[in-house]
Amino acid sequence: MTTDLPLTPEDVNEIASILDGSNYDRLDIRTPRYRLRVERSGDGWSQEWSLDDAGEAAATPTVPAAAPVAAVPDGLEGIAAPLPGTFYRAPQPGAPPFVAEGDEVGPDTVVGIVETMKLMNPVHAGCRGRVAAICVDNATMVDGGAILMHVKPA
Amino acid sequence: MIRRLFIANRGEIALRVIRTAQRLGMTTILGASEADVASWPARAADEVVVIGPGPSPLSYLSVDAVIAAARAAGADAIHPGYGFLSENASFARAAAAAGIRFVGPDVSSLEAMGDKLMARRVGIEAGLPVVPGGEAADKAQALLRAQETGFPVLLKAVSGGGGKGMKRVDRAEDLEAAIDMAMAEAQAAFGDPRIYVERFISSGRHVEVQVLGDGEAAIHLGTRDCSIQRRFQKLVEEAPAPAIPDDKRHAIEQAAVNLARHLAYRGAGTVEFLVDAQSFDFYFLEMNARIQVEHPVTEEITGVDLVEQQLLIADGQRLTLTQDMVAPTGHAIEVRINAESWADDFRPSPGTAATAAWPVGPGIRVDTHMPKGGVVPPYYDSLLGKLIVRGATREAAVETLASALDRLRIEGIATTADLHRAIVRDARFQAGGVDTRFFEGLNNG
Repeated sequence: MTTDLPLTPEDVNEIASILDGSNYDRLDIRTPRYRLRVERSGDGWSQEWSLDDAGEAAATPTVPAAAPVAAVPDGLEGIAAPLPGTFYRAPQPGAPPFVAEGDEVGPDTVVGIVETMKLMNPVHAGCRGRVAAICVDNATMVDGGAILMHVKPA
Repeated sequence: MIRRLFIANRGEIALRVIRTAQRLGMTTILGASEADVASWPARAADEVVVIGPGPSPLSYLSVDAVIAAARAAGADAIHPGYGFLSENASFARAAAAAGIRFVGPDVSSLEAMGDKLMARRVGIEAGLPVVPGGEAADKAQALLRAQETGFPVLLKAVSGGGGKGMKRVDRAEDLEAAIDMAMAEAQAAFGDPRIYVERFISSGRHVEVQVLGDGEAAIHLGTRDCSIQRRFQKLVEEAPAPAIPDDKRHAIEQAAVNLARHLAYRGAGTVEFLVDAQSFDFYFLEMNARIQVEHPVTEEITGVDLVEQQLLIADGQRLTLTQDMVAPTGHAIEVRINAESWADDFRPSPGTAATAAWPVGPGIRVDTHMPKGGVVPPYYDSLLGKLIVRGATREAAVETLASALDRLRIEGIATTADLHRAIVRDARFQAGGVDTRFFEGLNNG
């Protein structure tokens, strides 16, 4: 366990109230684990914390290997993920996929789902044509803007 | 005495539990997913154990992974927070089998309140009023139920929670399609297609009562009002529930205590009621056998640390609080700051917070795990933090809320802060006592 200033929420409130009676506009505190800035904001004070990364260099989150964003070949349109998350081709496990290669789509056709933060977000084709290729496997992490499918415009 | 507490959760509630446990002298061990090892709770905990990859079925929802990690860490108790495994009876059983205390009620209470039908039956046994309605195994039965109770009706998943699988139906001709959808959603979300049909109270308020029990004694810590919801997701909570006649409030609180006594309830729990906004007649809905997201508003008006109470009760101690000792004063309001874009139909907004300046000052409490540079992973729910304000009166609390929201600045992630700025300016909110239709009447921008 790191020995550190506790800096409880009560402590921070007290710091703000001491500053409030002073001429200071800002206080920066650095402890082995945190940095805290308390500063004047509007008619009161704000607190902003950051984690001091020098402390635990090893603690980097594992970033999921998102599907690579590839260029869309000439003559085709790309359907992009509206936001980062997990791409699903079917409404639920075992159900048939929304679309397959060769299917015709219109701008409002739902071609998949991106699950982000426990919410299911429909992916619309956004163009009219025929699905030429499905670029991302089912249940793959994707970045926002990643190309999920190619469409040959009608 | 609990010495090594394993926290099987993430986000603001993990940090909240860590703080109280450390104040009580416990060593805290956070079970974090790979996506959360650099989070604020991980920094605050005394020890961190990786329980699995980012997606929650492989980490926070995996009974085996969590129990194995808690065991390996030599934990003598597990705090499950809210959501995830907090009300999972198999998890509580697995903890007991591993010789680890579960910070939550007995398995019998979890099972009694685990599904809405069972909860309703137990509520009736305990003498609580319930909304007219009943279970429907298929469409024909649902139609029959709807005819009994009258339209509009509310369809709910029997195993549901958090608003998933809930549908309001106004006309008989819409019922069949709505039932199909509700059953499919219930199956997808909970693995159980059974639905429940009940009368929809058109002007209803969501009022809940915080209770504490030690298996023998049970007390209440007053009411909370959570009527401001969107699609059955709570946005704003306050304590006490405003604009309810005293006799009705006492009756609601007493009903909650009666249920806790009936269950010989051990731990912190919340008894939810639907209250008719005109007549103040109330109906028991369900009991949440865990700490709630909105518990801070109760703490702010009672001065009781609910997580501390949970830990003491889990440790086998008797309640030292009596009903007479609980004297709520003032008014508290909580708003949920979620990583969602209000302007964009609440689209989730994962990413990195380039700025995360939260207000601080008298009457303001912030429960968050989001520092500057903090990451919102795509795997979990969107709660970034809760802004809680307290005032001697509701009016004073609303004023503090408006000023505090003006000082809240999060950049790099869209948040619901602008939604709350609009709510706090709304005349209906300022007057208090709104019903669950409040959000539909909110002017966007």
